[in-house]
Amino acid sequence: MSACISPSEQALRQQLLALSEAGLPLVDDPWAWLAERLQLSLDDCLALLQRLQGEGAIRRIAAVPNHYRLGYRHNGMTVWDVSDEEMARLGPLVGSQPFVSHCYRRPRREDWHYNLFAMVHGRTAEEIDDYRQRIRELLGNACRADDMLVSSRILKKTGLRVASRTAGDTPTV
Amino acid sequence: MHLDDLSRRLIDRFQHGLPLCAEPYAAMARELDCSEAAVLDALALLQQADALSRVGPVFEHSRAGASTLVALAVPEERLEQVAAQVNQHPEVNHNYLREHRYNLWFVLTAPHRAQIDQVLAQIAAETGLAPLDLPMQRAYRIDLGFPLGDTP
Repeated sequence: MSACISPSEQALRQQLLALSEAGLPLVDDPWAWLAERLQLSLDDCLALLQRLQGEGAIRRIAAVPNHYRLGYRHNGMTVWDVSDEEMARLGPLVGSQPFVSHCYRRPRREDWHYNLFAMVHGRTAEEIDDYRQRIRELLGNACRADDMLVSSRILKKTGLRVASRTAGDTPTV
Repeated sequence: MHLDDLSRRLIDRFQHGLPLCAEPYAAMARELDCSEAAVLDALALLQQADALSRVGPVFEHSRAGASTLVALAVPEERLEQVAAQVNQHPEVNHNYLREHRYNLWFVLTAPHRAQIDQVLAQIAAETGLAPLDLPMQRAYRIDLGFPLGDTP
């Protein structure tokens, strides 16, 4: 959330979000398409995108694949009980493995002891078992217990659409 | 879906970022050593086949509000009913069935943490189940995609 941006810049960001969060049309120049609608020059539009990415409000501007449709039908949420002292070293190490798509530290709860989550994807069950084993080797003795929760069904996957909510609810970009 | 060579290289090369310049598809075509029309055709085909979820910016919503990962341990025979109860909340944007005692896993996103707490309380009341609330404390990697490598 950017605290020190002008109302006109804020409006511009909201408009950009509404225009692009569901994907851009496949036209020859998507940035020119966007610039025209935002009433910006192409250069200003590219600068805005770069600024938002630099600030972290945009993670990436990309061709976003649907891995499930590409045959990556197996996903495993691997969970690990990692010693707190070792987390600063091991969290980034697990997160940097090329087969890990998401990796987060989360709190332990009374009924839940795992504090490191790493999502792995594969085309076969063996592939994700192998990834789990590789993470296990990286963590070594710093890990007391682990599990892998495989998904058997997707019950809802809307992809977040913030701009389509009511105006009052819309968080700032 | 089977990917041809161009589509595979296109995804591997550009799932992390598109060129931010005038006529980006022409720039991609130069890198992929094909025509701009071939890039656009490949993208259109991938999108039609739902192999591409979109082309464009991926916004970082967690900066713009609050979110958490939630798990419920749902008795097998109540799964459909509980999943429906959970999904009717607009704050729920992913919901997966997983093989574990905690078998229902979903993400809640809202402008403020107070709203998350409210939804958690509502879900607890509606389902009679105690939600496990696991907000992110630290991100070590956030979905930057992964290489497709070779098809088997």
